[in-house]
Amino acid sequence: MIPTRRKLPRVGDGPIIRRVLIGTTLFFGAILVLAPLIVIAVEAFGQGVKAYAATIAHPDTRHAIFMTVATALIAVPVNTAFGLAAAWAITKFDFWGRRALLVVIEIPFSISPIVAGVAYLFVYGLQGLFGPMLEAADIKILFALPGIVLASMFVTAPFVARELIPLMQAQGRDLEEAATSLGASGWRTFFSVTLPNVKWALLYGVVLCNARVMGEFGAVSVVSGNIRGQTNTLPLHIELLYHDYQAAGAFAAASILATLAVVTIIAKVALERRGAGRRPALAAATNEPKAGNRP
Amino acid sequence: MKIRLDQVVKTFDTFRAVHGVSLEIESGQLVALLGPSGSGKTTILRMVAGLEYADGGHIYFGDQDATDIPVRDRGVGFVFQHYALFPHMTLAENIAFGMKVSKTKRSKTEIATRVLELLRLVKLEGLGDRFPGQISGGQRQRVALARALAVDPKVLLLDEPFGALDANVRRDLRRWLREIHDELGITTLFVTHDQEEALDLADRVVILDQGRVVQEGTPAEVCREPNSAFVMRFLGDANRITATVRDGRAYIGETVMDAPSSSDGPIDIYLRPGDIDWRPDGNGIPATIVRVLDRPGGRRVLANVEGGTALEFDVPPETDVRSGQLGRLQIKRSRLYPA
Repeated sequence: MIPTRRKLPRVGDGPIIRRVLIGTTLFFGAILVLAPLIVIAVEAFGQGVKAYAATIAHPDTRHAIFMTVATALIAVPVNTAFGLAAAWAITKFDFWGRRALLVVIEIPFSISPIVAGVAYLFVYGLQGLFGPMLEAADIKILFALPGIVLASMFVTAPFVARELIPLMQAQGRDLEEAATSLGASGWRTFFSVTLPNVKWALLYGVVLCNARVMGEFGAVSVVSGNIRGQTNTLPLHIELLYHDYQAAGAFAAASILATLAVVTIIAKVALERRGAGRRPALAAATNEPKAGNRP
Repeated sequence: MKIRLDQVVKTFDTFRAVHGVSLEIESGQLVALLGPSGSGKTTILRMVAGLEYADGGHIYFGDQDATDIPVRDRGVGFVFQHYALFPHMTLAENIAFGMKVSKTKRSKTEIATRVLELLRLVKLEGLGDRFPGQISGGQRQRVALARALAVDPKVLLLDEPFGALDANVRRDLRRWLREIHDELGITTLFVTHDQEEALDLADRVVILDQGRVVQEGTPAEVCREPNSAFVMRFLGDANRITATVRDGRAYIGETVMDAPSSSDGPIDIYLRPGDIDWRPDGNGIPATIVRVLDRPGGRRVLANVEGGTALEFDVPPETDVRSGQLGRLQIKRSRLYPA
């Protein structure tokens, strides 16, 4: 019989290192992420379910929820369409400035949202570029829903495109060419071939985009003007309640936002299981390395 | 459907991929575009398909000028190198796709019947409910062919159809494609960089180099009468010996051979491994054996002739040859090209 050797740990897999790393991660996860969430839940219901219900039922809170949902309902579809168009353009066509466009799409990721807010102030504000023109036409953009939507859109512009571009790049143009050679029209190709192959990544991008739109504070706080019951979104409303020493109210409103966020995360994890946001398992059928025989 | 290319030109950015190529493909023929990578063969195929537009020249399908007809309306079946099957559709849905999107309406039962018929044709009966990710490469290739044939194309175009498959599957599929072609009689054009594939499969072979046709003909014609050193080298193993011609005779060192149609000056003599006979002694070019490679059908000998030129030739399996051995080479056949 061959003597079996004691199973040795893999290289770099010492038991001490492993325990320390796992312990540290769990510890920081608990105090940085989990604890605040628990505090929100506890504080929200700290003065009883009645007080919680009263806060939620308050017209200002309800209006803030309405503003947040309305913003998401406009900004997310627009950015989805933008993301699809941008990803399509960048991955399926060759044109001058393609790389530059890639960089431009990423800008909102690296710019502080508050800078975006201030920029919008200078473009659409009374002293701004289009301010006088807009006022003359009686169009209100700043300190109203349009401004909030614009600022949210700026911040979340890259989300959908960022998810789609790597996937569509990996898939190449073969599938579309095949569909066209079989007689499919452009729309038919898009809906029957392109979209089904990117749908999980698309949904993943939409979920992330939605989470960010609903939670956006910095850019929106500059352009909304913080008018209670009129231009306050949920994050702004929470801040306002907090500054008014209505801690329970602030936490109650925060709990709604947190719930929305948790639902989003669950949706995101579920989508990740389906293969979105990772290397495309879907493209495996066409994914043999491209030999590049085309001159 | 007869296909005719007339002075077709294609340029990518600054790179000219195809230089004025003219070709005629008779109706019902199976023709190979053969060339090394970068020879423009795939570009030509994609222009015939309409996936790429020609910058100059014309492409005719029969009497019709198809140069500017978009791929959608051109009525070609195209099989992609990496199959390009729709991964989210079953094999049956893949095959049915072209019929579903077609302008000529077909009933559901009609489509279903045709799909079954095509699955039978490509020997994949009963696999219609599988997804492309669940079948082998050779099977995917057959589905891709069935999908292309489903729309009753006037012309079938295949881009390196067996490029991504291993050798055995390749040989089987090759024979099988020939059978299907003979059964359907559809004009077929395929691209390959594999000479054996082109010679095995095609009625006519078009050899391309750097965006130009260098020779075309039946496999027998291009094999027996290669019109340039490039074609000679490209079609198979070839030895080259440099020689000098004087008064209709070529001088290889001490050895002299007839070269009646060559003009005086330096010349390249090309020999296939089978064109050389080995003898331990007697007449011929003196050579030293460097290595012996054993192969299933015989022995391949690597030898040096005087002046250091390396040659390869084949001897029967029972021949006793060893490295270091000295002997004589006799030239049975040769082709001469100006150096």
